[in-house]
Order: sequence, then C-alpha cells, then structure tokens
Amino acid sequence: MDILNSIDWYLIFTSLAKTVVVLGIILTMVSYTVYAERRVSALIQDRLGPNRVGFPITLIGAAKDFSPFLGGLGQPIADAVKLLLKEDFTPAHVNKFYYWIAPALGIGAVIVTLAVIPFGSTFLGDPMCIAPNVNIGPLFIFAFSSLGVYGIVLAGWSANSKYSFLGGIRSSSQMISYELSLGLSVIPLFLILGTLDLSKIVDYQVTNGWLLIPFTNGHMTWSKFFLWFPIFISFIVFTISMFAETNRLPFDLPEAEQELVGGYHTEYSSMKFALFFLGEYAAMIAGSSLIVTLFLGGWHLPFIPDGAGVGGLDALHVFPAWIWGLVNIAVFFGKVAALLLFFIWVRWTLPRFRYDQLMRLGWIFFFEIALVNVFITALIVAFFPK
Amino acid sequence: MAYTVTRPKLTFWEKMYLPQVLGGLAITLRHFKNMITGKTKVVMQYPEEKWDASLPPYYRGAPALVKDEKGRERCVSCQLCEFICPPRAIRILPGEIPAGTKWAKVEKFPLAFDIDMTRCIYCGMCEEVCPEQAIFLRKDYAITGFSRDQMVHDKAKLYEIGGTLEGLVFKWNPLK
Repeated sequence: MDILNSIDWYLIFTSLAKTVVVLGIILTMVSYTVYAERRVSALIQDRLGPNRVGFPITLIGAAKDFSPFLGGLGQPIADAVKLLLKEDFTPAHVNKFYYWIAPALGIGAVIVTLAVIPFGSTFLGDPMCIAPNVNIGPLFIFAFSSLGVYGIVLAGWSANSKYSFLGGIRSSSQMISYELSLGLSVIPLFLILGTLDLSKIVDYQVTNGWLLIPFTNGHMTWSKFFLWFPIFISFIVFTISMFAETNRLPFDLPEAEQELVGGYHTEYSSMKFALFFLGEYAAMIAGSSLIVTLFLGGWHLPFIPDGAGVGGLDALHVFPAWIWGLVNIAVFFGKVAALLLFFIWVRWTLPRFRYDQLMRLGWIFFFEIALVNVFITALIVAFFPK
Repeated sequence: MAYTVTRPKLTFWEKMYLPQVLGGLAITLRHFKNMITGKTKVVMQYPEEKWDASLPPYYRGAPALVKDEKGRERCVSCQLCEFICPPRAIRILPGEIPAGTKWAKVEKFPLAFDIDMTRCIYCGMCEEVCPEQAIFLRKDYAITGFSRDQMVHDKAKLYEIGGTLEGLVFKWNPLK
C-alpha cells in the first residue's frame, strides 16, 4: 500500500474517481434532461409526454416492468438503445475526416469544461472538483466552450449540404457575438471577488453570501446592497448569453427546423447525431453549473455544514462530516437541475428571434450593457470598499 | 398587391421585452400547473380509458354479419356487398340450400364470408346495399392481428362480432 500513500498516485486515483463520478452524473443528467424536456414541454402544451416506458426488468424475469412514480423514466434508456442500434450512415458527398471529427469536438469540448467546476465542498478531505485550484477557472471554461463552436462549424461545412452550411454559419456568428457579452458580463464579478479560481469564488460566497442573494450569510451591508444591482445585471446578461451559447430557444437559429431542416446536424444519423444532441444538453449543464458556481453560491446552502463539518447549524454537527460532503454535492446538482428546468421552461415559452433581432440584441444591447456594467461596478467597488 | 401591415403600438413595458417574457412564462407555468394538478383534462390514456361510451350512434366500426332473433343467418349470399365494396375487401363463396328443405325458398347462403380488414375502409356501403340487413357496421375499432391472415375476418369471426340483431331496419334509422 506504499504506492497509494505517495502523493502522485493519490492524486491520480482521486482524480480518476472524481472524473468517473462526474461523467456518470453528467451523462445521466443529460439523458434525464432530455426526458424532462419532453415531459415539461408536453405538460406546458396540455399533453402528457412519454409516460409509459419503465425499466425493463421483465428481461431478467420480473412479472412487470418497473415504472416508478412519474412513469416513462425508462425512456432515456430506450432512446439510447435506439440511437446506438440505428444505421450510422455517412453520406457519399461529405468530407469524411471533418464529418467524423465534428461530433467528437462538439461533445468533447463541453465535457472538458466540467473539469474546473467545484461540484461539492470536500469529501473525506478531498476537494470535490476534478482539477482543483485552477486559477483561470472561467477563462478555461470560456476557452473550451468556444472550441465547441468548431464542432458545429465543421459539421455544417463538411456535410456539404446547404442547410447544414447555413446552420453552421449562423451558429458561428451567433456564438462569436454572444461570447463577447458572456465574457464581459462576468468581469464585474471578478472586480468584486479578485480571483478567477472557481473554488475560491464559492468560498467567498459561503462567507459573504451568494452573489445574487447576498443575505444568505445572515447580514447585509451597504456595499453588498449597491453591488447587488450590477451583479443582477450581469446575471441577466450572462444567463441570456448562455442561452445563446448553448443554442437554446429563443436563440436556436443554428437548428431552426422550419428553415433549415435540422441545421448543422441535418446530415448526421444514429450515434453521431446523438453526440451533437448530448453535447448540446451537456453544454446546458456546464453552463448551468457555471451560473450556479458564479452567482448562486455553488454547493453552499445556508445552515448546511460543508464537507469538513465547518459552518452551518450546530445541531447538524452530530452527523459525520462526510455526509455533509455528499449533501453539498446533492445541493449543487439540485441547483443545476433547477436551472435546467428554467432553461426548459423558457424554451417552451418563447418564440425564436429573427436573425437580425438576434444580432441587434447581442451587439447593440448586451455588449454595451455588459461594458457599462463593468465601469459601474468599478465605481461602486472604489467608493464603497468592503 | 402590396399593402402595409399596421404595426401594433407598443407601450414602454412591451418594448422592454423582459416583462413580456415574464408574462409568457407565467402563462406556460399556469398550463403546467393545471396539467400537474389534473385541472386540465384533455388527454385520454388510451388502453386504460376508452371512448366507447361516447361513440355516436352512427359510428362506423368493423363490419359484421348478424343473425336474427331466431338465430338464423340473415345473409342470403346475394353478393351485392361484394360487388359494391370499394376496396374489394369482401369475398363470398355462395352455397345452395337444397330443394325440399324448410328454407329452400331462400336458395342461397354463404359457405364462406371473408372480410379483409387490412383493406376495409369502413365506408358502410355494404350495410347500405344489403337487402336483407344482414351486414352491419359495429362499433369495434381496435382491429389487430399479428399477421395478414389474422386480419381476415371469416364467417365465424363476423358472426362473433355481429351477434344477433332483433327486429328490422337499422338502415332507416335517421341517425345513420
């Protein structure tokens, strides 16, 4: 057991374990987000949605399929099996190399961004983040999520089809436009926090109250009150830009079915299509995680101790600290799930923007709002020191 | 001809867009809530709930042969339905009632009577044309089978669906 005691192997094993856990959680979340999307959209439109498919335990000899409370919870499994078994058709007119590499780029870039997000406090003394103490957290995420656009652009271009091509073009211009406001809108936060390390950002919010709900630590100050306004503006701009970045309605022009058949993935089938699909939802989850980490206090919930058993209500300290480590992870993913539901809710409420409206919103409003917001925050930070 | 579409005059809050978005979100949330709480009742969960009770009297389901109140088959194998059937779903093999028996004056009866339900279009012309009121469209609509053969209703199956029909003349029912 000497080998486990050396710090290198310890890091390798814990990182691998965390990677597996996070990937597992994220992929499960992706498939159930698709399910939630279908169910919520149905309920909003006065339908029921998929409510039949249970877990197929009849295959191992049970009398009846297991279909717990909502019904239809086996649907993602059925969908996955369907997508895996479908014919993976590569049209003759595509540029094979880029056609094959595009879906991998699309989902790979998104999954890498999850590495720096602290999804829990600590568990048995180990920080719950695949790559902790990366002091360029949000920059890393922005860099890799912009790489994700390559997946879409290459897919649109290599498919050699006019619809895919238009989808790819739309997507690249849209993503570049909204990345500006996405990046600019969080600069006020870094002015306030003075760090780019996402774990430290969460720690700050634990002691000083969540950025968006500043009274979660129990008291308010004038500085926090005045800073709340620019933070709120940057939250709005950031969230809406995140909608645009993840191609969600009302910004889903790259895959506007009515105009472009399927958009950039028109020529894809089977698992390659599914990879785009998964990548899109994984991007939603990554974006929500970032919003949760930056604005909504990450894994922190008032009165709940962290993984080292520090803070929270004294009465809760009777339980061992590792339980609270797990609770913190659950809190984080709970917040992410709530945001995902909000994403879905918005999608089934709003109609799509026209393309010029989209560009106008990005360049004339959000860019300027985010820019002015930076200066306002700088002024407030200067005149109301903490 | 080109004409100008008059644009609605928007108030300040409508121009701000976000309040309108919140309004929209409230609407969808209301629909969501009403579905969750069961206030909206528009979906019928088909195999568990059926609409049989609300079928109108003139509903045209599967065609079937009927017997009269004494258990005699009404069909005299005149083959009018076979000839009128637009998709040619009906096949009748007429048989002869031997002379000297009690019902010899009827002359014919169907030896075999097949309706191919993969072809039937439920138009009701067979019912319309039948001079003996022997074939009727019943209210059965879930006609299923694992093979094409199973989808052909033979005489026994047709009488099973049809059963007996007492009295006369469903045909001149004003609702039909």
